[in-house]
Amino acid sequence: MNWLLVAPVVLPFATAALLVLLGQRLALQRVISVSSTFVLLALSLVLLLQVAAANIFAVQVGNWPAPFGITFVADGLGAIMVVINGIMAVAVALYGIKDISKRLESLGYHPLYHVLLGGINGAFLTGDLFNLYVWFEVLLISSFVLLTLGGRRAELKGGLYYVLINLFGSLTFLAATGILYGLTGTLNMADLAGKLDALPPGLVSTAAVLFFIAFGIKAAVFPLFFWLPASYHTPPVAVSAIFAAMLTKVGVYALIRSFTLLFDQDTGYTHTLLLVVAALTMLTGVLGAAAQNEIRKILSFHIISQIGYMIMGLALLTPLGIIGAVFYLVHHIIVKANLFLISGLIKREGGSFDLESLGGLYQRKPWLAVLFLIPAFSLAGFPPLSGFWAKLFVIRAGLESQQYLVVAVSLVVGLLTIYSMTKIWQAAFWAPQKSEAPVIKTGSLRFLYAPVISLALLTLVIGFFSAPFFNLASSAAADLLEPSRYIEAVLGTPQPELSQKPELLLRGEE
Amino acid sequence: METLLVIVIGVLTACGIYLMLRRNLLRFIYGLTMVSNAVNLLILVSGRLTKRDAPIVPVGEQTVSGVANPLPQALILTAIVISFGLTVFALALILKSYQVLGTVDTDELAHESEEDAPPELPDLDLPEHSEAPASPVGVAAVKGSAIKGNA
Repeated sequence: MNWLLVAPVVLPFATAALLVLLGQRLALQRVISVSSTFVLLALSLVLLLQVAAANIFAVQVGNWPAPFGITFVADGLGAIMVVINGIMAVAVALYGIKDISKRLESLGYHPLYHVLLGGINGAFLTGDLFNLYVWFEVLLISSFVLLTLGGRRAELKGGLYYVLINLFGSLTFLAATGILYGLTGTLNMADLAGKLDALPPGLVSTAAVLFFIAFGIKAAVFPLFFWLPASYHTPPVAVSAIFAAMLTKVGVYALIRSFTLLFDQDTGYTHTLLLVVAALTMLTGVLGAAAQNEIRKILSFHIISQIGYMIMGLALLTPLGIIGAVFYLVHHIIVKANLFLISGLIKREGGSFDLESLGGLYQRKPWLAVLFLIPAFSLAGFPPLSGFWAKLFVIRAGLESQQYLVVAVSLVVGLLTIYSMTKIWQAAFWAPQKSEAPVIKTGSLRFLYAPVISLALLTLVIGFFSAPFFNLASSAAADLLEPSRYIEAVLGTPQPELSQKPELLLRGEE
Repeated sequence: METLLVIVIGVLTACGIYLMLRRNLLRFIYGLTMVSNAVNLLILVSGRLTKRDAPIVPVGEQTVSGVANPLPQALILTAIVISFGLTVFALALILKSYQVLGTVDTDELAHESEEDAPPELPDLDLPEHSEAPASPVGVAAVKGSAIKGNA
C-alpha cells in the first residue's frame, strides 16, 4: 500500500502540472480541477480506512532505511487531517467554479489551488522535520500568490502583512530545525523523539519555544496573530475559505505533532506556556471580533479565538484533552470554511459584507438564514451541534486537570462567541432592510449553495452521530499520547545492522 | 573557527533584526536576507566543522567512516533555493505594492482608507438554469451541469 500514502501528495501536484499545461482552456481546467479534488477525497478516505484498520504505517521513499531516507507516515491524526483537507478541497473547488473571476482563473488560480492542497497534505503526512519545513514553504508560496493574485489595493496590503510575517516565521522554523539537528544529528521525527529525552531539558526547551514561535505564527496564536485579520478578508471568498479552513490548522497540526511527539520532556514549562497562550488567544480573538463590523473580519477574529481551544486541549496533555483538540480541529475546519462560504452568499444576496448596510435577509432568503444558523450555532457551541461536543471534551478535560481559570476563560469566550454570531444574525438577517434595493447578482447560485448545504449537513451529522467521530479522534489521541507506536512504525523494532554505522558518520567527530 | 562563525551569526542576526524593524519595506527584505544567511551558517555549524575527506563511498563498499558530514550542506542548499524564491516573490510584491499603493513605508501603509475595501465579487456570468436547485446529494449531478454550462 506504499502508493496510497504518497498519493494524496502526488495527485494535487500532478493535477497542477496538467492544469498549467492546459494554458487558457479555462472550462477544461475547471472540470479537471473539480474532478481531481473528488479523486483526492476518495484516496484520502481509503487512506483513513487503511490507518484505522492497520494502525500507523510508514513509507520510506526510495527504500532508504528510516532515519536517513525521506519518511512519510500516516497516523490517526495525519489521516484525519488529510481526509478533512479532501473534503475542503471538494467544497471550495465547487464554490470556486462560480466565485473565482475569469481574470484570476486565467492568471493561474486552478494550478495554484492544487499546489496549495498538495503542500498541505505533504505537511500532514511527512515524518521528517526538514521535509515539514519544505512542505510549509510549498503551501506558503502558493498561498502568497493566491492571496495577492488580484493585485488590487486591499489584496496587496493584506498580502504584505501575511507574506512578511510568514517569511520571518519560516526563518524561525529553519533556525529551530538547525539547532535540533546540531543537538541530535537527526531530523527524522521518530528518531528525534527518542534522542531528545537524553538531552538536558533546558536546551530542548529552547528549541521547543523556537518551534512554538514558528508554528504559532502559522496557527495565529496570541500574540502572533495580527496578520490574520489584516489579510483574510481581502481575497475572493473561495480563497479566504480554504485559507480559514486549512492554513492556520496546519500550524495547529504542527504544534500538536511536535508537542506530543518531540517535546514532552519538560511539560511543566512548555505546556504551561501553551496553556497561558491558549487562554490569551481565546480571549483576544473573541474581543477583537466584538469590535468588528465586517462579516469576514468578525469570522477571522473567531478563527483566532477557536485556535485557543485547540491549543488548550493540547496543553492539558490528557487523553480527553487531546481528543478534544482533534475533534475541535475537525469541527472547526468544516464550520469555519462554511461560514466564510456563507459570507460570500450574504454578499451576493444582500449586497455587502458590512453589517451596517445589510438587513432583511431573513425575510427575503429564509433558507440562507437557516444555513447560516447551523454553522454559527455550532461555532458558538449549542448542543447538539458539533461545536458543543468539541467544547465539552476540551472543557471537561480542563476540569479534570483542575485548570479552573482556563476553563472559566473558555466558557466566557463561548458566551462572547454567541454574542458575535447573534450580532451577524441580528444585523444581516433580522434587522429591516436598510438600503432600498440591494445589489443582487443575477445568475445561478447553485454552485455556491451546493458546498454550503453539504458542509452544513456534515456539521449536523457530526453533531447528531458524534460517536464514530469521537472514536476516530480518540484512537488518533491514543497514537499521539503513545509516541512509542509512532516511533516503532517508522523505525521498526529491530534496528537493521546497516543503520548504526552511517549514524556515526553523520554525527561528525563525536 | 566555530567561535568566529558564532560571532558572525550573531552580528548578522542583530543587523538583520535592526533592518527588519525599519519602516521601509525594502530594508525589511535586506534584513530578512541577512537573518536567512545567519540561519544557513547556523545549520553549517550544527553539522560540526571538521577537516575531513569528502564523503564519497569507495567502489564496492557499503559505508564509509571518518569523512565530513555532507547533510548540512544539502539542507543549506535547499534552504537557499527556498529563500531565493521567497525573496524574489517578496521583492515583486513590494514593487507591485509601490506601484499600486504609492508607498513602501509601513507607517503610511497602516493608514486605512476608503479605497482599501476588498474588491467586488465577480459577476456570475452563467445564465439561469431551469433545473431544480442544488441539493447536497446532487453535487455530482450539479458538477455535470457545470461542465455543460461552461463549455
